[in-house]
Amino acid sequence: MFDVLFERGLDGRPYGLYLLSGLGWTLVLAFFGWWIAFSIGIVVGVGRTASNKIVSIASRLYVEVFRNIPLLVQMFLWFFVLPELLPSAVGSWIKQMPPPWGAFIPALVCLALYTAARIAEQVRAGIEALPRGQSEASAALGLAPSQAYRFVIVPQAMRLIVPSLTSEVMGIYKNTSVAMTIGVLELTAESRQISEMTFQTFAAFGSATLIYLSLALCAYQLMTYIDDKVRIPGTEVIKRKRSFSDVVAGAKAPAP
Amino acid sequence: MSELDFTVVLRAWPYLLSGLQFSLALTAAAFAVGMVLGTTFALIQHLEVPVLSRLVRIYITLIRSIPLILVLFWFFFLVPTVLGYLTSGGRPIPIGPTYTAFITFGLFEAAYYSEIIRVGLRSVNKGQFEACQALALSSFDTYRSVIMPQVLKVASPIILSQTIILFQDTSLVYVLSLTDLVGAASKMAQLNGRLVEMYLTVAVIYLAICSAASQCVAVLRKRNELPRVVRQ
Repeated sequence: MFDVLFERGLDGRPYGLYLLSGLGWTLVLAFFGWWIAFSIGIVVGVGRTASNKIVSIASRLYVEVFRNIPLLVQMFLWFFVLPELLPSAVGSWIKQMPPPWGAFIPALVCLALYTAARIAEQVRAGIEALPRGQSEASAALGLAPSQAYRFVIVPQAMRLIVPSLTSEVMGIYKNTSVAMTIGVLELTAESRQISEMTFQTFAAFGSATLIYLSLALCAYQLMTYIDDKVRIPGTEVIKRKRSFSDVVAGAKAPAP
Repeated sequence: MSELDFTVVLRAWPYLLSGLQFSLALTAAAFAVGMVLGTTFALIQHLEVPVLSRLVRIYITLIRSIPLILVLFWFFFLVPTVLGYLTSGGRPIPIGPTYTAFITFGLFEAAYYSEIIRVGLRSVNKGQFEACQALALSSFDTYRSVIMPQVLKVASPIILSQTIILFQDTSLVYVLSLTDLVGAASKMAQLNGRLVEMYLTVAVIYLAICSAASQCVAVLRKRNELPRVVRQ
């Protein structure tokens, strides 16, 4: 059934290589997007809980804007709209970026900022889940608020939210597929190309589906490993072990 | 940087509205189908129906591990074939992208709503089931009049959040070249060359609708006094 992957396309490469190159772009987008999103997400998430009004309102605005516009529309804004709004020299420099970078960079920025808004909400939830005593004790020990965040609050919050970050990791590699709409040849785009060129639709989409499934499994294994490593001792009782399908499904522990 | 001219948006407004109407219709239909099917899936798993509950589990895991665009492509290709097998003995029936979108979103969202309801079912106190048994209610009556109302109440903020995500996701029918809000804007932009104004307007429309709906989520959550179950 998957014979088509060994057939050669118009440019002499076997179709299997098309898929591999698509997988490569998907992984690169997801990997770098994740780390940018993670850093911004922590900053914005901390900002959401800050006592400074301006900081907390700005962070809230960031989350609202990036969460309430569809990812596809955000892609279009970065790719089509931004170069037009910038001074024309910068705009045309962006538009003349050689492929694939001309589409890849807007896609990366878009995906990272979108995911950051979601991570920020998780970080905020983690910080709010910590007992008040943590920040009070930091203050009593003479730590400045920024030190309290850096050494006491954020590290603990991050350890708490690993399970919910798992869903975000799984979300970001699925969302990379939206980048195909602005011309990034990632996995979904490549599998559609193969299906259009060979009419072997079942094999083309089937292999892409299998690759996405194994990516999900890898992400699950990795995050379970991290969770086991960093979990705060004593919180195991609250958290029931979640199976792969639970995590994919984003199932939360039942509300009390 | 060229001058922005938002009068083009005014002229394209009726067309944009018809696109928005399609987006909303798709959201409503997917919500209805998704909730009905999703509740069925959740109950099948909750009642641990043999074989069926495993199949449902596999379906949900599979659907949720792959990107929506790929699911759209799958259904775009599979639905006519399957319908063909069911009716005209093997000849694929072309049903067009509109129906494909409706079918896909309904089946796709069922996987998401089903999880929300399944978690809700688990949160119902065991005493509720025992009390129903003590009152000799049938299984059907137990779920219909006692359990489900509680589940729906507890889960309502999460269901609404999911529906906001669904509304945003309907924009992906762009890949099937349908005329939803984004599709309408992009077709207009191709005609009048006013990409910037078109896409900015679309972004603002989505932002307004989704922010308003998020406020409702907050209100619902407060009313339920659910402890932070953020799902967006």
